[in-house]
Amino acid sequence: MAREITGMVERRGMGLWLTHLLMIAGVLVIFFPIWLAFVASTVTQPEIVKPPMPLWPGDRFVENYTAALFSGVNVPVLTMLANSMVMAIGIAVGKIIISLLSAFAIVYFRFPGRNIFFWLIFLTLMLPVEVRIVPTYQVIAGFGMLNSYSGLIFPLIASATATFLFRQFFLTIPDELAEAARVDGARPMRFFWDILLPMSRTNIAALFVILFIYGWNQYLWPLLITTDPSMNTIVMGIKQMFPSGDDVADWPVIMATSILAMVPPVVVVISMQKLFIRGLVDSEK
Amino acid sequence: MATVDLDNIKKRFGTTEVIKGVSVNVQDGEFVVIVGPSGCGKSTLLRMVAGLETISEGELRINGRRANDLEPMDRDIAMVFQNYALYPHMSVAQNMGYGLKIAGLPKPEIAAKVAEAARLLQLTELLDRKPKQLSGGQRQRVAMGRAIVREPSVFLFDEPLSNLDAKLRVQMRLEIKELQSKLGITSLYVTHDQVEAMTMADRMIVMNAGVAEQIGTPLDVYERPETLFAAQFIGSPSMNVIKAEGREGGLHVGEMVLPNPTGVEGPVMLGLRPEHLVPDPEGPIEMQVLLAEPLGANTLLHGKLASGTGFTASLPGVHRVMAGEGALRLTIEARNMHLFDSETGRRLG
Repeated sequence: MAREITGMVERRGMGLWLTHLLMIAGVLVIFFPIWLAFVASTVTQPEIVKPPMPLWPGDRFVENYTAALFSGVNVPVLTMLANSMVMAIGIAVGKIIISLLSAFAIVYFRFPGRNIFFWLIFLTLMLPVEVRIVPTYQVIAGFGMLNSYSGLIFPLIASATATFLFRQFFLTIPDELAEAARVDGARPMRFFWDILLPMSRTNIAALFVILFIYGWNQYLWPLLITTDPSMNTIVMGIKQMFPSGDDVADWPVIMATSILAMVPPVVVVISMQKLFIRGLVDSEK
Repeated sequence: MATVDLDNIKKRFGTTEVIKGVSVNVQDGEFVVIVGPSGCGKSTLLRMVAGLETISEGELRINGRRANDLEPMDRDIAMVFQNYALYPHMSVAQNMGYGLKIAGLPKPEIAAKVAEAARLLQLTELLDRKPKQLSGGQRQRVAMGRAIVREPSVFLFDEPLSNLDAKLRVQMRLEIKELQSKLGITSLYVTHDQVEAMTMADRMIVMNAGVAEQIGTPLDVYERPETLFAAQFIGSPSMNVIKAEGREGGLHVGEMVLPNPTGVEGPVMLGLRPEHLVPDPEGPIEMQVLLAEPLGANTLLHGKLASGTGFTASLPGVHRVMAGEGALRLTIEARNMHLFDSETGRRLG
């Protein structure tokens, strides 16, 4: 069998071993805290507190995870996972729909103030959630959307980044395609639905992954607007589990919750990895 | 089946006028080629007929009905684009059937029409492929198929062959012409390639800078070019144009004296096609040969006249003339001499 050459430079002997050694060491350093969290979620409370912390999983896996999922500390983790899921999917899907439509409008229609609108959208890139958090809170509170999914999702749904990305993608599509569709008799929305949407699918997938994780990891906003524990999302929920004052922390359950919080983003990334990379790398034309 | 009438069509972008009033009546089933150099407005003219550009002034009638303000889909036209503009995510069959699908035809009917068009274009084997998996010529055929299935009254072609290699271009040229005469559909075809124009057109429109310089059959344009531009644009290698003066004794070009077929007086532009020149030791034209290009069937001789004007002759067969070998004497029949007004460039006589 022919030897495979994978890089510009063929590595052999010591070089190969050294690079792999470094890589493995790097992975271990990054992975170690996660491993510790996993170990901690499978042992009992006294075992964690007792100085040399165990490095190998214990036998309490089922008990700890059942406890976390169904009773938790304040709320069952299952509820928080569901809340996070609704918020992350809501934000990702909402952002994609809105930015697809606004990019479509900006690229394919000539209307007064088109450029102004584009630059307004573009300007919001400079305003992260944290900057506008107080006025946004005021508005959401005024609408009575505290402690609701709509309150969690809507303020985060407009996305300059995604609009900009789709705009750039639409600009690479040859004009003739739109003209051919026009000659074929497609009205604008038909063109959008039949031609643009299928052509954007890899970009949509890539964005979905990014936006899902963005939504999932939201911390500050849910912390502000959800006071009812049943509306807690998991990322903020972990923090809420930490004891205040003299309470005793139930570390195994907290660690089990942390591990559980990591699972959905990992599943999304892995299951959409192929589409994700294609979306970032090639431009299908 | 339809006629297309352009009545003093104009197009302005802002204050620049790019089409300065073109009028032509295209007969039912006629194949009209619009030819001209890039930037002459030929594509814009076609796109106005298609409805992709608005018409600034004048009237467009398709089948006698005013079409200025109709949407492309309501004009009963089909268009083939330069880069084919196939929908990349659809199969060949879906590409061809898309217009029918929008028109709301039932699926079996669409499939039947697509199959029929595919048979006509030898695409049957490829119906399930994506455009990406096709060669240039095949994509071109799919684009044709997409136009055919809709059974439009007018075909519009926007430089459909310019992305193909030379050999394929010749083949597709024949196929398109054959198909068009078989279907008998009125066609407007834009190209910058004069060979395409000559071979395909029933009539051609020679355009330059937004003006139709001449409208006529290819041979008309070749034999009786109305303007200097048309004379030089059609024909390869292009016509020699030299300054001459009608005086006593004939047409004077420097020292040379040529017969004056129309008896014109004063300064004129004289056009001589390279292929009409015949070697003749007694001939009135004398050129210095600087370069010979043997093409096999004929030989192009490039050189200059005594006055320094560049001059080209195309002689049949192989002539092993060495460059710089000296003077070559040529003659030309009087009926092959074209005279143009030296100021307006219009044909004289």
